[in-house]
Amino acid sequence: MLCSCQKESQVDKATREGILLVGNANEPKGLDPHIVSGVIEANILRALFEGLIASDPASDTATPGGAALEVTPDATATVWTAKLRPDGKWSDGVQVTAQDFTFAYERMLTPELGAKYAEMLYFMKGAEDFNKGKTTDFSTVGVKALDDHTLQISLRGPTPYFREILKHYTWTAVPRHVVLKYGKIGQRGNAWTRPENIVGNGPYKLKSWRRTDHVEVERNPHYWDAKNVTLNGVRFLPISNTYTEGRMFRNGQLHTTYTATPEVVDLMKKEHPEELRQEPYVGTAFFRFNTQRKPLDDIRVRQALSYATDRQAICDNVFRGYKPAYALTPPMGAYDPPHIAAYDKAKARKLLADAGYPGGKGFPRLKILIASRETAATLAQATQAMWRDILGIEVEIENKEWNAYLVATQEGDYDISYGGWIGDYLDPLTFVEMWTPGNGNNNTGWANDDFVKLLQESYQDSDSGHRFALLHKAESLLIEEAPILVIAWQARNYLLHPSVEGWNPLLLSNNPYQYLRLVPGR
Amino acid sequence: MIRLILNRLGQGVVTLFVLVTITFFLVRAMPGSPYTEEKAIPEHILERMKAYTGLDQPLPVQYFRYLKNVVIHQDLGDLIKKDGVKVSEIISESFPVSLGLGVMSIGIALMVGIPAGVIAAVRKNTIIDFSSLAAAMVGICLPSFVIGPLLAVTAGLELRWFNVAGWSSPTDWVLPAVTLGLINAAYLARLARGGMLDVLSQDYIRTARAKGAPGFRIVIRHALRGGLIPAVAFIGPAFAGMISGSFVIETIFQVPGMGQHFVNAATDREFFLIQGLVLFYGFLIVGANLLADLAQIALNPRLRKA
Repeated sequence: MLCSCQKESQVDKATREGILLVGNANEPKGLDPHIVSGVIEANILRALFEGLIASDPASDTATPGGAALEVTPDATATVWTAKLRPDGKWSDGVQVTAQDFTFAYERMLTPELGAKYAEMLYFMKGAEDFNKGKTTDFSTVGVKALDDHTLQISLRGPTPYFREILKHYTWTAVPRHVVLKYGKIGQRGNAWTRPENIVGNGPYKLKSWRRTDHVEVERNPHYWDAKNVTLNGVRFLPISNTYTEGRMFRNGQLHTTYTATPEVVDLMKKEHPEELRQEPYVGTAFFRFNTQRKPLDDIRVRQALSYATDRQAICDNVFRGYKPAYALTPPMGAYDPPHIAAYDKAKARKLLADAGYPGGKGFPRLKILIASRETAATLAQATQAMWRDILGIEVEIENKEWNAYLVATQEGDYDISYGGWIGDYLDPLTFVEMWTPGNGNNNTGWANDDFVKLLQESYQDSDSGHRFALLHKAESLLIEEAPILVIAWQARNYLLHPSVEGWNPLLLSNNPYQYLRLVPGR
Repeated sequence: MIRLILNRLGQGVVTLFVLVTITFFLVRAMPGSPYTEEKAIPEHILERMKAYTGLDQPLPVQYFRYLKNVVIHQDLGDLIKKDGVKVSEIISESFPVSLGLGVMSIGIALMVGIPAGVIAAVRKNTIIDFSSLAAAMVGICLPSFVIGPLLAVTAGLELRWFNVAGWSSPTDWVLPAVTLGLINAAYLARLARGGMLDVLSQDYIRTARAKGAPGFRIVIRHALRGGLIPAVAFIGPAFAGMISGSFVIETIFQVPGMGQHFVNAATDREFFLIQGLVLFYGFLIVGANLLADLAQIALNPRLRKA
């Protein structure tokens, strides 16, 4: 009797209706794949758009066709040809053509649009020059529609991992006929992505969008594989408070959360371990050293700090589920990162003594800059204690609001700053390339000619094995010279309801929704 | 009376102008900008983005352009990070939610706070008085980020009466409104008690008592009107605060109101949204204060001459 009176939870109802309820951290900045740049937006775009290559539901390295039946390289992996599906359609029923792709790439690279992520398209020959306004002739960019269903992309050099890059949403097409209906090619503020106008080619189309409440997508009947799409829809909830999100999950209001706080991880481990997921993610946590400041300009000091950091203890006590990092790039596919960063107290003490600070004597009081986030503070305190115990040095913790922290880091106004990097695609280049001099994300002041040379060689190499060897060498150089102190390879801690079937661990967490199943009664 | 209203309106216009000016320069004095991101934006892209929003112009140009847009075109501007979205759109979408929640909360606050304060004053120095004082003190001392989750866990997770958060079911307003309402009820109870005690010690009340008027009648007919003046003065700004969004409550209960936009705008450095929301909030405060003044005048005829 009691059971029959119990109210059906939102998850039960949604499971019955085939709607996945997803915690998505925050309100999306938009749904235009050329304007946005975050993970929150990418999670929704994955439902609305499909690139030439699709994400595989179970494998990180598989590169199944999406909008294209196949994408094949020439012998040097420099010129790639994509054969589009003849049955590929936009959600308004209009045919997806190769011209939609050339239009999309032209739009993304048009300087007036000011697309933040235009750099992702710089793999194409001539793309950078066009985007920087060095030429206004788009025919100089290496993309051509050979016919309605054949797209040819010429790259700046051999890129054997190009299929991986094509999975990124910046490479999707946009519906030329809709974009031009609401504005010009390089016009910002184009109304084509407003809820009443947006058209995509993904398995789902936009159903409703209520700001700070939800974004909901429903089946796209024109999707080429519509008959095999299992879920009827996905509802993304922008829950910015992680504790609220945890409560909503436990109350049966979400199938999956965006994250799980350490407290929730501990609780779920005890109460419902089957609902807790801890999976590797392509992200690395590290400290940056300002190599332009004394004593951090001394390689021995940087190495000493690195050897005096017990990464295992940090992962066990601060970052639940993270793995101690021995290099910058997490293991991915066939790439095995160099095994360099380690915990060695004796070596750390010796290096610091060699640098002129035996037992930490005379070592200046440095500051660790962090943003006001709970885990960062705990990490900084743990590191502070380790360095005090092992090296006899004192460091202070400087806590700044997120934006102020970013400004200080980017302007080099720090000694040591905590940071992280999430890969855009599954190739070590996405981690290693940013440490070249002049790169806007290399805020350490570190520059090394040999490192740059190795990277440039890798750009010209079409042999995957040899290319990985070059990147391995470059990364070894980076870790040995230690402008950064790698701490941990990130993991995704989140909660998943047992009724969700087919949600596999993926390094980029790009789980395609169309293959998921919701099984009632679990 | 009309002079007083005109006077208040004039003060309101000046207040709003000062508010807009201070906000404009303060938000630009904050470290960072809407374009400060974890992954640095390439310089040539940044230039285009700034040119699009007009943030590439010198500060005085930006300021006068903003004033002109607000005063002449009634345009609060566009969001910087959300392409093609207007500030007025955000306000018009989120304000009705906050208004609804605010009305519910003020209703709860009035229903709980005023009777509690009045009864406490009438039963001065009794267990009822001490209990209501203690309850009010707890309500004032406990911040909303404690009361909110406590309510969510007990009435949501444990008892399953309501959803712990969200805005999809007809009863989703209950927990946030109760949280907001209880906090304000505590203030109202204290103010109502103080006001009532003050009035109940007046000569005319003593006279009424001496004439043998029943206690209930004295309270309702003679004391209530004057005793509630401090509480009424509080209701105006408190109501404005509630309907312009309590960001803590909205975040805890995932309410799609103005409060969440306030927080996000500040962390994202959404200059125009911050300015627009502050201006709107200022407008509400000015309006609510005016209404509170009028209500006080209605309750206290002596103020009409002041």
